[in-house]
Amino acid sequence: MLKTKEVEFNYDNQMFFKFQNIDLNSNENLLIIGESGVGKTTLMHLLAGLLKSNSGSIKLFDKELNQMSSYQLDSFRKNNIGIVFQRPHFVNSLTVKENLQLAQYIANKNDNTRIESILKNLNIFEKSNKKTNQLSQGEKQRVSIALAIVNSPKLILADEPTSSLDDNNCSKVIKLLKKQATDFGAQLIVITHDSRLKKHFKKSIEL
Amino acid sequence: MNIFKLSIKNIFNKPLSSSISLALLVLGVGIISLLLQLNTLIKDQMDNNLRGIDMVVGAKGSPLQLILSSVYHIDSPTGNISLAEAETISNNRMVGSSIKILYGDNYKGFRIVGAEKKFIELYKGVIKEGKDWDNPYEVLVGSKVYEKLKINLGDELISSHGLRETGQSHDEGTFKVVGLLKPSNSVIDQLIITSPQSVWDIHETHDHDEHENEHEHEHEHEHDNREITAMLIKFKSPMNIIQFPRQINENTNLQAAVPSYEISRLFKLFGFGIETLSYLAYLIIIVSGFSLFINLFNSMRERKYEMALIRTLGASRFQLSTMIIFESLVLTISGFILGLLFSRFGVMFVSSLMEESINYNLNSLKILNEEYWLLGLSVLIGVVSSLIPAIQVYKMNISKILADA
Repeated sequence: MLKTKEVEFNYDNQMFFKFQNIDLNSNENLLIIGESGVGKTTLMHLLAGLLKSNSGSIKLFDKELNQMSSYQLDSFRKNNIGIVFQRPHFVNSLTVKENLQLAQYIANKNDNTRIESILKNLNIFEKSNKKTNQLSQGEKQRVSIALAIVNSPKLILADEPTSSLDDNNCSKVIKLLKKQATDFGAQLIVITHDSRLKKHFKKSIEL
Repeated sequence: MNIFKLSIKNIFNKPLSSSISLALLVLGVGIISLLLQLNTLIKDQMDNNLRGIDMVVGAKGSPLQLILSSVYHIDSPTGNISLAEAETISNNRMVGSSIKILYGDNYKGFRIVGAEKKFIELYKGVIKEGKDWDNPYEVLVGSKVYEKLKINLGDELISSHGLRETGQSHDEGTFKVVGLLKPSNSVIDQLIITSPQSVWDIHETHDHDEHENEHEHEHEHEHDNREITAMLIKFKSPMNIIQFPRQINENTNLQAAVPSYEISRLFKLFGFGIETLSYLAYLIIIVSGFSLFINLFNSMRERKYEMALIRTLGASRFQLSTMIIFESLVLTISGFILGLLFSRFGVMFVSSLMEESINYNLNSLKILNEEYWLLGLSVLIGVVSSLIPAIQVYKMNISKILADA
């Protein structure tokens, strides 16, 4: 499902990253763990098609990302990938529900029942009509998970989803992510420096 | 949810900065549109009342005053001229038709004009109720006059001397309303019209009262003493407009004035003020463009994570840039629409003011061609002010923004 080979990336010839090869089968989740500065976020952006590598190959769902145009990458992303960010981002002028509707609109979908079922599943249905800046930190994180899965992606990429959480909440969030991935039939790749997550994943690589 | 809805939500999310740009644009568009409307309406109204009058002959004085008083009925007359002299001019072979008019009295501020019946035909006046006058002291009343003063057929009007309400009232000056005129959208709407004989009669008796003894021996010359205020003239050929007025001004003690020339002179005087004001309004529009640009530019910085999020959800650069331009266009087009509304209220306001003072009515709400240009300008401002923010969003490096978070 995901196969990378000698992926290299450098920012303006200053920082240089060479990533180890990844080979992930369908139905497997993956934990990518590494210290700060080893290029975790860079790798995630490469996998999400937000960055293009300088050399090497990234094959995701049998498509070579390095050969796609920026427009093709946008379209590939909206059909296949959901992203959970370290810090949740929303469109502030919209309510929780409208944010999810916007995500659907971008992917040419319109399915309010799915939005409802996702919000219910995440226990934030009663916050549907709240503006996102009226939510608590935990609620924000759950809405950002909802945003990542609303378009039924085949792959969920999560960037440091637990770094600022205590042990109790850390385990809650990672269980929630894994449950959502299973419930909606997606694979999960978590990129983090948080070693507490190791016990939750069968497969992990260290950068 | 779609890009258009999102643009509107974004505008309402920042009500303060959105409304400042909007207010500036409404003001700029509103002022220009108001000036255009008033200019056109006044010109239309002036032209409308000018029809068929090539030249006005009256007493010496200011030519503009002569035109304003005898064509538009908004200034005092320059004086009277003798009927005999007027007859000489109207018999000239260059004159196609002439209408003699004379003033003397008013009824509650509305002028009573003595005029030949051709005067009503000139303005295409139609009698709504009643009939034409047959005898002296019978009057036809214009639509605004009877509407405002609630005059009915058969009422008796006691006139006051002079053209202002405060004048002395004539004891004998009692007019009988025999006809009401339909609204014609011309000056006759605000006039009370009667035969020249009525006005002569009223002032003769008046003169007799005062100078009975001194003037008794002149009684036989009475007819030679009759005077009129002005004479409206149409030429046989338009060519005559060049030489005939000059002949009259040089060779007689009468004054001839050409309305179209005087009115264009008046508009040139007006024009200076209008031009200055419209430059100011264009400046306001440009400032509104800047304010729009600054708002968008700042909100792009505040919303960069939002933009990055929308991109990671799969929106293309193009969609995102479109959203920015849309936001700007929604503001400028609503600014244009509100500006037009503003100018229409302005026209109504000015028109009500003018109706108070000079009994003129300006009521037309049609969209002028120049206002379509104003729409074009608003759209242009919207596009230009959003261009740089849109390009910025287009070039945005989402990976970098997200990594900095």
